[in-house]
Amino acid sequence: MIAIIDYKAGNLTSVVKALRFLGANDVVVTQSPEDVLRAEKIVLPGVGHFQSTQLLTDLGLTQATREAVANGTPFLGICVGLQWLYEGSTEAPSTAGLGHFAGQCERFPAVFEGAELKSPHVGWNSLENVREDSRLLRGVAPGSFVYYTHSWRAPVSADTAAATLYGGAFTGAVERGNVMGVQFHPEKSAETGLKVLKNFLDL
Amino acid sequence: MLTKRIIACLDVRGGRVVKGIQFVDIVDAGDPAELAHRHAAAGADEIVLLDITATHEGRGTLLDTVKRTAEKLFVPFTVGGGIRSAEDAAAVFDAGADKVSINSSAIARPELIGEIGASFGAQAVIVAIDCRRAAGAALRGANGVADAEVYVSGGRKPTGLRVVEWAREAEQRGAGEILLTSMDTDGMRNGFDCELTRAVSEAVQIPVIASGGAGSAAHFAEVFLSGKADAALAASIFHFGITDSRALKAEVEKAGVAMRLPC
Repeated sequence: MIAIIDYKAGNLTSVVKALRFLGANDVVVTQSPEDVLRAEKIVLPGVGHFQSTQLLTDLGLTQATREAVANGTPFLGICVGLQWLYEGSTEAPSTAGLGHFAGQCERFPAVFEGAELKSPHVGWNSLENVREDSRLLRGVAPGSFVYYTHSWRAPVSADTAAATLYGGAFTGAVERGNVMGVQFHPEKSAETGLKVLKNFLDL
Repeated sequence: MLTKRIIACLDVRGGRVVKGIQFVDIVDAGDPAELAHRHAAAGADEIVLLDITATHEGRGTLLDTVKRTAEKLFVPFTVGGGIRSAEDAAAVFDAGADKVSINSSAIARPELIGEIGASFGAQAVIVAIDCRRAAGAALRGANGVADAEVYVSGGRKPTGLRVVEWAREAEQRGAGEILLTSMDTDGMRNGFDCELTRAVSEAVQIPVIASGGAGSAAHFAEVFLSGKADAALAASIFHFGITDSRALKAEVEKAGVAMRLPC
């Protein structure tokens, strides 16, 4: 069973549809810590405000996720779901993230290298420095395009599996062991996105 | 590098894609789901479906159309037409849309922008603006941009609002993107209104999608380079003798604009 965690942050329909299209039959949209603990895989989607991740802690889902990933359950965070894997975000300083990866998510700078930078970052951008040992990005060529829509971003670190350039480099995909995240929307990134989701399903 | 987007727009009436030539001679162009997939496979970066009749009676048909279209569509998918409340929007999202486009209803009640955004995120709300430069002003006249006025009800009703001011307000109220259609250039195939697009793009931080007037690949390049558009929409791309989005994008890239290629 694949547990898709619903924390009332946007629309989960597209993620569910894409996973089913790829052959995942047992997909459960849930707010239950028990489902998270017994799931074979966990997906945390989400668009919107970092503040909404507070509900994860309030419902006991943060603790359940911590236990599940410690037991080796593959976890995929999408968009705000990736950001939640870090220590926190300047978007909602009082809400803590999972802290699995070091660092804070920050807003895109208003000005980069002397030029005004539009925010949100919306559209198709390329994945660079794709880590060769990444299981999530297996078969994804550097330069492949994926669809982004976000105003906050995670910093680049040793756990970064691929970076994207917009106002400097940020983490497009992150991966350490069974814990993974993508800032882009794989469910909306055509063939490349489906490949990433398929890689996750195949773990 | 962030690329500029080419968006394929499907005008739907009664569950079928229709295309008009200069707003008349509306002909049946096929099934929305089939055409959306064809556009996506041919390299379109995004699909917009506009219900051009948007009657109350037609809502069921529209939702069914959205559902069928979204079923296997894995690029961003926007739906517009007749969305008057947060409940209307929720039904469209539930059917599989990623974004909604609102126009007259946002002007009638600007709070709607924030209401939809509160549940589905700002990125999911596109405010569509139909506009026309002041009557009597030359198409590319000196003061045409400042006076350009917003129209509603399919372009039939002037609102008294100025385009740049309304775009700024829409942004402040939480719009994720602006879809700007120039009624002056729409259907003329002489190019987008780059001056107007640029004025709006420079006035807001959110992405601006240009619409109206595409006639060639050069027009797309122009609206990206000089109009500072983040995306451009084509409703009748196949009328220009361009075979598909991929061919169009190859031409636009040659003109110096970053495109998602190969795609």
